[in-house]
Amino acid sequence: MRKFESNVQYTKYLVNREMAKRFLNGEKMNAETVKKIGETISPGPKPNTRCCIYKERHILSERVKINLKKQKKDENVIKIIRAACDECPVYRYVVTEACRGCLAHKCIEVCPRNAITIIGHRAFINQDLCIECGKCHSACPFGAISDVKRPCLCSCHADALFVAEDRKVYIDEEKCVSCGACVYNCPFGAIVDKSFVIDTLDLLKKSENNTKYKVYAVIAPAISSQFTNAKIEQVINGIEKIGFYHAVEAALGADMVSCHEAIEFADTIEKRQWMTSSCCPAFVKYIQKNYPELMSHVSGTVSPMIAIAKMIKNTDKDARIVFIGPCTAKKMEINENDIKGIIDYAITFEELNAILDAMDIDVSKCDETPLDNASYYGRLFARSGGVSAAVEAAINEKGIDVDFQPVKCDGLDECVKALKVASFGRLKGNFIEGMACKCGCIGGAASLSHGPKDVTEVDKYGQLSKEKSSVQATRIFDIESLHLERDYKKVMRKRRNKKETIEENNQ
Amino acid sequence: MEIQVCIGSVCHLKGSYEIINKLDELINSNGLEDKFKIKAAFCLGQCVGAVCVKVQDTIYSVQPETVTEFFENVVKKQVM
Repeated sequence: MRKFESNVQYTKYLVNREMAKRFLNGEKMNAETVKKIGETISPGPKPNTRCCIYKERHILSERVKINLKKQKKDENVIKIIRAACDECPVYRYVVTEACRGCLAHKCIEVCPRNAITIIGHRAFINQDLCIECGKCHSACPFGAISDVKRPCLCSCHADALFVAEDRKVYIDEEKCVSCGACVYNCPFGAIVDKSFVIDTLDLLKKSENNTKYKVYAVIAPAISSQFTNAKIEQVINGIEKIGFYHAVEAALGADMVSCHEAIEFADTIEKRQWMTSSCCPAFVKYIQKNYPELMSHVSGTVSPMIAIAKMIKNTDKDARIVFIGPCTAKKMEINENDIKGIIDYAITFEELNAILDAMDIDVSKCDETPLDNASYYGRLFARSGGVSAAVEAAINEKGIDVDFQPVKCDGLDECVKALKVASFGRLKGNFIEGMACKCGCIGGAASLSHGPKDVTEVDKYGQLSKEKSSVQATRIFDIESLHLERDYKKVMRKRRNKKETIEENNQ
Repeated sequence: MEIQVCIGSVCHLKGSYEIINKLDELINSNGLEDKFKIKAAFCLGQCVGAVCVKVQDTIYSVQPETVTEFFENVVKKQVM
C-alpha cells in the first residue's frame, strides 16, 4: 500500500475506501452503515489518536455523514467537523521573556476581558478568559506579547477562518474560496472536503457498464506526480477498470484554453490594460468575492476542465463526465450558474486512490493504456508558470503581435498581493497567472503527493506528448463552435442575490 | 452523412489527426463538402484496430497511409 503523507490523509482515505467497499457490496448507506464504518476503522479497545474510541468513532461517523449528505445548491464543500477541532492549545497570544512587568502595563488596560494580571513581575494571560482580540499585542511597548497563529488560520490566505468564543474554528462563507489549504494544513483533520466517491460509483453503476450512457473520466495533468509506484499508462488502465468508458486528458482542454486565451488577450488587452488567467477556480472566486469591480479583467475563457467537457459533449451528447484532479475548488466550480451540468462530479486523487483500493485494483500490476492528445504546453498547466508559458507559446505560434508580460503568482498569498497592486493600477506586467496552491495544481489540497520532485514529473510527462504545441494539439477542432466563454454576469447576479438573502436573514 | 474519426488516446497516437486532415482535404477536393461531415469521437471501443473510423454504423480500421484507399473504396461508395 502507498505511504501516506500524514495520518490525516490516511484517515480520509480509510473513510472513503470503507464507504466505497460497502457501497460496492450492495450495502445501503444508512445510519447503521455509518456506525459500522466508524467501528471498522477504530476497532478499539484503544483509540488511535483521540482520547477514547467513542470520540474517535463519533468523528469518523461525522466524516462519513458529510460525504453522504446531498450537497445543497451553493453549499460549500469545505466543512468543519466540530468535534474534531481540537480548539488548538496553541494559544495565540503569549507573554514572552521580553516582558518587563512595567508600571504602565498597557496590556492590562486594553484587555476587554480582564484576562491579564501581573504575576512575579511579568504579565500573565489567563487563556480561559482570552478571546484572542490582539489588543495587548498591539499595545505592548516592548513587543513582548507574541502572536502565534493556528495552522488553519496561517494557511488561509483568503482570511476566511475565524475562531469563535468557544475556541473552535469557523468558516466565513462570504470569504471562503474552497481552495482547501486548511483541509491540507489542519493537523487534526478537522476540516474536510466533501467527497463524491459514492455519487461517482452510483453514476457508474446506473450506466450499466456504459450502456445507458457513457461515463468519461477527465484527468487533470497533475496526475503525473501522483502514483509514483506505477507508470501513468497503468494508472489510466486502472481508472478505466473502475468502469469509466474512456479517460481523457484535461490538458487537451488546457490546449484549447491557451489558444482561446491568446486570442482573447490580443483582442482585449488594449482596452483592459491587464488580464488574469481563469483556470484556477479558487483564484477566480477570490476576485469575485473581494474585487467584484475587477471581474472585467478576468479572462472570460472557461477552465480546461470545462473546455474538454464541452468537447466530449460535442462528440457524445449523452456523455456523463467525472473530473479527477487534485483540487477541492473544482467541486464548487462545476456548480457555477453559467457552466452547471456540464460536469457531473469532481473527485480528487485522494478519492480516486480510495476507489482503486476498494476495488482491489493495484495500478502497479495493471496493463498499460495510453493517455494522449494534449501537448507539452497543455500538460504544463499543472504547475506554476505553465499557463503563462502556454499562452505565450500560442501567441508566438499564431504570429500575433502583442506585448505579453506575465506576472506569475504561485499561491493565493502572491495572488492577493498582485491583485492589490493591480487594483491601484501599478501591476508590473499585463497578465496575472493566478494559482491558489503553491507550485500550482500539483500542490493541490487533495493531491496525494506534495514533494519537491513533482515539478520535474510534470515536465517529464509534458515531454512525452505527441503534439508539441497547443496550436498543434487543437488543429482538428473548431474551437469557435465550442463556445468557450464564461458568463460571469450570471455568476455575479447569483452572488448578489445570495448576499441580499443573507442580509435579509440577519435583519 | 457523418464520418466519425476516433481521437481517443490510442487512435491519436496512431495518427488520427492526420487522417482527419487528409479526409477533409479529399472530401473538399472531390467537391463532397455538403455530403459528408467529419466528426471527432472519443473512443469507438475498437482500440485494437486503431485508427477507428465509423461510417454508417460500420467501424473501419484506417492508417494515415491508407486514407486515400479508404476514401476511394468506402467513403465515395456511400454517395454513388
